Amino acid sequence: MITINNVSHKIGANDILTNVTAEIPANGITAIVGPNGAGKSTLLNLIGRQTTLNDGDIQIDGSSLHSTSTDKLALKIALVAQDVGVASRIKIKELIAFGRWPHSKGRLNDFDKEIVEAAMERFDLVDLKDRFLDQLSGGQRQRAFIAMAFAQETDWLLLDEPLNNLDMFHARALMNELKLLAVENQKSIVMVIHDVNYAARWSDYCIGLDFGKIKFAGATQDVLTAKSVEQLFQVNVSVLGSPNGIILDHY
Amino acid sequence: MANARLFLLGAALILSSLFFLFWGLSGNTWFIFELRSKKLITLITVGGAVSVATILFQTISANRILTPAIMGFDALYILLQTLLVVVIGGANWALLPDSIVFLLTSAIMVGASLLLYQFLLQKDGRHLHVLILVGVIFGLLFRSLTSFIQRLIDPSEFAMIQSTMFASFGSVDENSLIISCIIFLLCTLLVFKYSTFLDVMALGKQMAVSLGVSYISFQRLTLVVISLLVCISTALVGPITFLGLLVSALTYKIAGSLEHKKLLIISFLLGALFLVIGQTIFERLLRLQSTLSIVIEFFGGMLFLYLVLRKRFK
Ligand SMILES: Nc1ncnc2c1ncn2[C@@H]1O[C@H](COP(=O)(O)OP(=O)(O)O)[C@@H](O)[C@H]1O
Ligand SMILES: [Mg+2]
Repeated sequence: MITINNVSHKIGANDILTNVTAEIPANGITAIVGPNGAGKSTLLNLIGRQTTLNDGDIQIDGSSLHSTSTDKLALKIALVAQDVGVASRIKIKELIAFGRWPHSKGRLNDFDKEIVEAAMERFDLVDLKDRFLDQLSGGQRQRAFIAMAFAQETDWLLLDEPLNNLDMFHARALMNELKLLAVENQKSIVMVIHDVNYAARWSDYCIGLDFGKIKFAGATQDVLTAKSVEQLFQVNVSVLGSPNGIILDHY
Repeated sequence: MANARLFLLGAALILSSLFFLFWGLSGNTWFIFELRSKKLITLITVGGAVSVATILFQTISANRILTPAIMGFDALYILLQTLLVVVIGGANWALLPDSIVFLLTSAIMVGASLLLYQFLLQKDGRHLHVLILVGVIFGLLFRSLTSFIQRLIDPSEFAMIQSTMFASFGSVDENSLIISCIIFLLCTLLVFKYSTFLDVMALGKQMAVSLGVSYISFQRLTLVVISLLVCISTALVGPITFLGLLVSALTYKIAGSLEHKKLLIISFLLGALFLVIGQTIFERLLRLQSTLSIVIEFFGGMLFLYLVLRKRFK
């Protein structure tokens, strides 16, 4: 479980997050939804310690960000940020191998290599493994970073808008993989999704964020309703039933 | 493959060193041999220090164009030394052994560069051209402050520091050389010990933090090492702005790997080789004293322009 306790974040004089308190349950997919600029990435980056947490506390399975060393945390959570920058020019297989770093500290053994291979297969990257990162399309890059996070073998996986650059086929394939990870490997996945229908279809738990405040949090089928979505995004929504659950029609 | 290149470079350095030591050795043999050995050690230490410092700086600033010298580190060292002369007073300064002066300046240098450069590098997303601009301004500022102060002090004091202001591969103080060698060895050993951390840091701060590297601490430590290495090279021969850039550009080409263990060794060998061969050619074969640094600056400067412009138009 990730416990977010009274977290606030300011940039300059602007309140980006205000007294955010929430619990994210383990084992399953948690979707964070909300309009642009709501503070979703900020929250995810705080949990993934990309941004320094000054105000409030966040605990990952009981380990506080304030008191746990960063290399210990790297064994618990992996983050794929919204716009990942990689400074050096590296190949896909090298990038994914770096995912093993928290375990191997640079010396890959046979087991590490197996995991790297498995990650490339799982995320459909085997044909691309000798390409340089800057020779990939946006969607392929996205998958490479997710494969790297997967190779990190952490219980928690934080993904910021992972569907952004993906076509329908790969978006679906990725959500399938993530669901499998959650169900079969007991992984806990927290992802920012801007399409509420993906959240409705695939997530177990959902957090709605607006203007840096939590609007709702709970089991997806309970909290993601036409009314809550209308309030969150300020648009008119009607609910369509489908065999696989609801579809929120806002088109 | 990379190992074969490493081996070749090592062999080349040994051969050129032997050539430097023994070629045309005659007359007062022992005296000349001793002189040449000292010079050789100076060349290798300086070449190594400049090159290793450059690779390190490029890693922690996430680019392959900037070097400590371009960012004004050397100029800062000279400014600090000039200030020290003023504070201590020329008469006292002359009494102090060179090695003490060196240690004193180095200590201040480490503090000053941490203050200035860590602040500069810490802010995320600084664009390369901003850093280049800041480097140029720092360099200009430090140099003009230095000459301003030198105008204020009297000529005899001025003469004392003048020798540090221009690169010269002439003879150096023996104690300073020994201390420099020791510092250089300690620095490289330390850097080697955490070279896999440097591999991760080269990916950028975001990635490094995600993978569990305390980026800020390692960046600070690396800055300390860089300033010590700059102190060594500047104190021994003076500022050479573009040697590091020449060597690092070649290193990335030759290494064919992103592992810092290899990058660091190759850059060390290349830097040392550059200076030993260069000095042999210009001083021994062509009998042109003090031309080497000019040639290095010329070609290094061209490379810098090329790299900046290529980056710009790509
Ligand atoms: N560096 C910054 N300086 C000022 N404001 C920022 C900065 N980064 C983000 N913000 C603001 O913080 C708010 C939350 O941003 P973010 O967490 O990225 O939103 P999103 O929910 O779209 O991911 C936005 O209003 C954004 O404008
Ligand atoms: Mg965002």
